[in-house]
Amino acid sequence: MTFSYYPGCTLKTKAKELDAYARRSAEALGITLAELPDWQCCGGVYNNTKDEIATKLSSVRALISAKEQGNKLVTLCSACHNVIKRTKNEIETNDDMAFRVSNYMQCDARKDSDTEVVHFFELLRDTVGFDELKKKVVNPLTGRKIAAYYGCLLLRPGKVLQFDNPENPKIMEDFIRALGATPVIYPMRNECCGGYIAIESSEAARKNSAAIYESAEGFGADCMITACPLCRYNLIKAESTVPVVYFTELLAEALGVK
Amino acid sequence: MLTSKEKEQIIRSSGADVTKCMRCGKCSGACPSYDEMEYHPHQFVYFVEKDQIEKLLNSPSIYKCLGCSVCSERCPRDVGPSKIVEAVLAMAVRRQDENHLKAENIPGMVEDDTPGQLLVSAFRKYKK
Repeated sequence: MTFSYYPGCTLKTKAKELDAYARRSAEALGITLAELPDWQCCGGVYNNTKDEIATKLSSVRALISAKEQGNKLVTLCSACHNVIKRTKNEIETNDDMAFRVSNYMQCDARKDSDTEVVHFFELLRDTVGFDELKKKVVNPLTGRKIAAYYGCLLLRPGKVLQFDNPENPKIMEDFIRALGATPVIYPMRNECCGGYIAIESSEAARKNSAAIYESAEGFGADCMITACPLCRYNLIKAESTVPVVYFTELLAEALGVK
Repeated sequence: MLTSKEKEQIIRSSGADVTKCMRCGKCSGACPSYDEMEYHPHQFVYFVEKDQIEKLLNSPSIYKCLGCSVCSERCPRDVGPSKIVEAVLAMAVRRQDENHLKAENIPGMVEDDTPGQLLVSAFRKYKK
């Protein structure tokens, strides 16, 4: 099965392992990730304002490009997923956005960018299936206690992202179980790491991130997983006492392709 | 009372209905940046309703929102405080020479391990 794939800027630089382990794992699972030939940076954050159009066009281009290839669009970075999926939703639900995007791109925005956006976790759950994934595991991570760190961008806004229950998600825990490890459920798993505030207030970001890893550690985690390079960066900068790795690294390890 | 053009713009740009707020404070209770802020999410909603936009525009609070959307997620009336905060921030940085983050300051903020995602996100938030 072939999916169009949007890696995003940071997966080409500081988060290469998030990308590389995903590609190897997908191959082991019989899935082809076809990188979009012409993708542009999503911008990292979705601007909530209705009159902000231009900064969302890179996402529109990615949606159109995947549609032209006849594929669903797979994302890996939480931020890219959030921005692209919300942009698609805005075109669907806001007539003014659809009209302006259509004018600017010389297209029929609602039709031409009507691409299904699938996060890699959703691909594992809905296309591969966690039961099937479990069967493909050659190195079960037995005895490992792993804390899923969801953060914000995969979950919220819940009505748009429709990733999982935004207050009590379980997709990452189900993923951890499929790999043979034990999920650690802790209260701070869907709270914010501090995000981009780290650019001007590393202290504020550090405070947010410390509350998260302390919560995970308190519930007995020996490792945390994330899909977001900025979450990982903030946690590491806050001197997390629990190691933080990309979820694809554990996946590749369990599938024997690390 | 006449509605200011700033209030009209905030309402239009955010798409939020501030009159639905019942002042339960759940948004501010959930905000991970609460301690950093002079005005909190529920006050953004309140001051927009009362057409006191200038005090929000001039407050450093607009740069403290993390964009995590938790205030809107937990709002029982679907007001969407995060949309209001972002609309005020957008109004501030769209003013001429009011970019909060300037390109020339970026090199001094970058370390070896700074991810591109951090730079582009901050740039998108704080600059027009």
